[in-house]
Amino acid sequence: MKLKGAEILLQCLQKEGVDTVFGYPGGAVLPIYDALYKSEIRHILSRHEQGAAHAADGYARATGRVGVCIATSGPGATNLVTGIATAYMDSIPLVCFTGQVGTSLIGRDAFQEADITGITLPITKHNYLVEKTEDLARIVKEAFYIARTNRPGPVVVDLPKDVMEKEIDFEYPEEAINIRGYRVVKGYNSNQVITAVDYIQKARRPVIYAGGGVISSNAAEELRELAEKRKIPVTTTLMGMGGFLGNSYLSLGMLGMHGTRYANYAIGECDLLIAVGVRFDDRVTGKIDTFAPHARVIHIDIDAAEIGKNVEVEVPIVGQVKEVLAAINQRLEAIESEELNEWHETIHRWKEEYPLRYGDSSEGRIMPQHVIEEVYSLTQGEAIICTEVGQNQMWAAQYYHYKHPRSFLSSGGLGTMGYGFPAAIGAKIACPDLPVVDIAGDGSIQMNIQELGTAVQYRLPIIICILNNHFLGMVRQWQGLFYGGRYSYTDMSHQPDFVKIAEAYGAIGRRIKEASQVREALEEALKVKDRPVVLDFWVEREADVYPMVPPGGSLMNMLGGD
Amino acid sequence: MKKHTLAVTVENRPGVLTRVTTMFRRRGYNIESLAVGATENPAISRITIEVTGDDRIIEQVTKQLYKLIEVIKINDLTDARSVDRELVLIKVKADNSVRAEIVQIVDIFRARIVDIGRDSLIIEVTGDSRKIEAIEDSLRAFGIIEMVRTGKIAMIRGGK
Ligand SMILES: Cc1ncc(C[n+]2csc(CCOP(=O)(O)OP(=O)(O)O)c2C)c(N)n1
Ligand SMILES: [Mg+2]
Repeated sequence: MKLKGAEILLQCLQKEGVDTVFGYPGGAVLPIYDALYKSEIRHILSRHEQGAAHAADGYARATGRVGVCIATSGPGATNLVTGIATAYMDSIPLVCFTGQVGTSLIGRDAFQEADITGITLPITKHNYLVEKTEDLARIVKEAFYIARTNRPGPVVVDLPKDVMEKEIDFEYPEEAINIRGYRVVKGYNSNQVITAVDYIQKARRPVIYAGGGVISSNAAEELRELAEKRKIPVTTTLMGMGGFLGNSYLSLGMLGMHGTRYANYAIGECDLLIAVGVRFDDRVTGKIDTFAPHARVIHIDIDAAEIGKNVEVEVPIVGQVKEVLAAINQRLEAIESEELNEWHETIHRWKEEYPLRYGDSSEGRIMPQHVIEEVYSLTQGEAIICTEVGQNQMWAAQYYHYKHPRSFLSSGGLGTMGYGFPAAIGAKIACPDLPVVDIAGDGSIQMNIQELGTAVQYRLPIIICILNNHFLGMVRQWQGLFYGGRYSYTDMSHQPDFVKIAEAYGAIGRRIKEASQVREALEEALKVKDRPVVLDFWVEREADVYPMVPPGGSLMNMLGGD
Repeated sequence: MKKHTLAVTVENRPGVLTRVTTMFRRRGYNIESLAVGATENPAISRITIEVTGDDRIIEQVTKQLYKLIEVIKINDLTDARSVDRELVLIKVKADNSVRAEIVQIVDIFRARIVDIGRDSLIIEVTGDSRKIEAIEDSLRAFGIIEMVRTGKIAMIRGGK
């Protein structure tokens, strides 16, 4: 069959099971958009390419499938960069198609030419420039394969315009992918598994430290079994939220800089640390040589390069988290009921002594944490919560109890302000039946507020809760704590009327200033079925996120929350 | 800290070398020398990299290299029984009074004189690092004007 490059591209997408793409057109991708015009693939038109990239990312996180976005050459492609870097840092499978000038113009500084494969080299798992239409199908197939297998990540495929226009005789390459330098990790070292089982059975004070790898490997069930079989307390990273039932008696909540005191203390005292799908990030470990000082460490991860990168490990196990946990569980004997009593009592004491808590507001103002508690109370862990970055993000992690994997979407590694709302769009498109809430800050929401246009166009009932402190709150908090209270350029009092902005876009907007109205406002918002709702909660301006490990400090020395 | 020689087998495609060097730059590892060339298979190239580091650094370098899709295989030739060679051109000051002496050194090292100028000679020498260092030391007294090295290439001995 004679097909144009652009038509081949769409056929390949369908072969990959793609039914939705996020994108924004332009000159270099005209052939692709012309093919989309007749295609069954649904294209969601964002209002900025960054929005398209984050939406594809939100779609991927919510479903576990590969997210797809399209942008034109030059500025379209460079606008994707933050979205690609965000996905890269959090190991999210994306395939990003960028338009490129015609092959004869490449390298000549042609109109809207940007070296996007060069630019994205350090922020992609891999990238391709397709030089011949004949190579296109193989490359697209490889791109999806690489994006979703092993440690997932974003792949960029750069598509010169003439490669998309050219017509060739086409037959889909059915043969299996064979990339010499890339093999999918299969199996694991069973001796290490046996050692791990032995360590786990002997441990008196074990803790599981679970991260994003549990989510991407779909291993929440295996993790639950491991924890329950041996009654091991579990703390999760920001990326691991939802990987373990947040309100289980074994849950310690989040660890690290803004983790709970009891999670961090448990790390400090444990004799065995079972690290599952994590990378010992500095926001988690604090001062690295005081992290889990008394523990032997078992580290399970798909990426061999993560093992031994930041800490020495006694039992390294490279493999699919799901498979490895299943293997451990199979060999593990269920615990005698009293074996770990002492440890549980210690933890229980910490929980009683240092629960997450926050102060009262002045003059009936809304406490930001209270908004999150009400969101939880009304959705009971059955919503998808997206976050922006800053205090809003930390409170969303602390005060909502996540029940399901893929229900907490947040930019953990890169910390991208402006991520949450477009990610919510992707999540809502993927999961139309679940409530989707973006916990936002007044600063962050302005970074991609144009996506209200997208959410209204596609009638997406997303609830945006702006925890409006009229500050770049997290930065202000650090200025307060570490820079003598000099609030240098963090006052955001000059801001638009978010209610009017919402209305101008055709969304619903509402401002809430009284604590007593928080619940009712959320209830009303949850009833809306056909458009986004912006809830502008004016919260206590100078509330801080606590407890906190000061940067570079030890997890045992937390500020606040005591 | 020790100097390691890594033989990295890669796909012979545009951009592969950039991927490798970008990884080194990004992660803060320093390349001491680097040589790239074709192999018996036209689809495959060989990058020979010398990098200094303790075991932990070399392990990370190796693992991060393996993550590059176009890297096929890595051999650490440091402790392996291997042959290594480097080609060096040295331009040395050489007026009539010292030429004979320099020619003698060149002979001892089985190097070659490839250009004769009015006051200088260009010497070509091939060998392992020890030999190269030794000839460099011997010629230094005369005044080395310029020196370029290709970077080391290496191969495991025997049937492997
Ligand atoms: C794109 C981007 N720019 C800057 C920062 C640095 N930064 C981290 S948190 C923060 C403040 C965010 O303010 P806001 O969205 O109002 O959230 P709050 O902390 O007040 O809840 C800033 C500026 C960032 N993370 N991302
Ligand atoms: Mg704010």
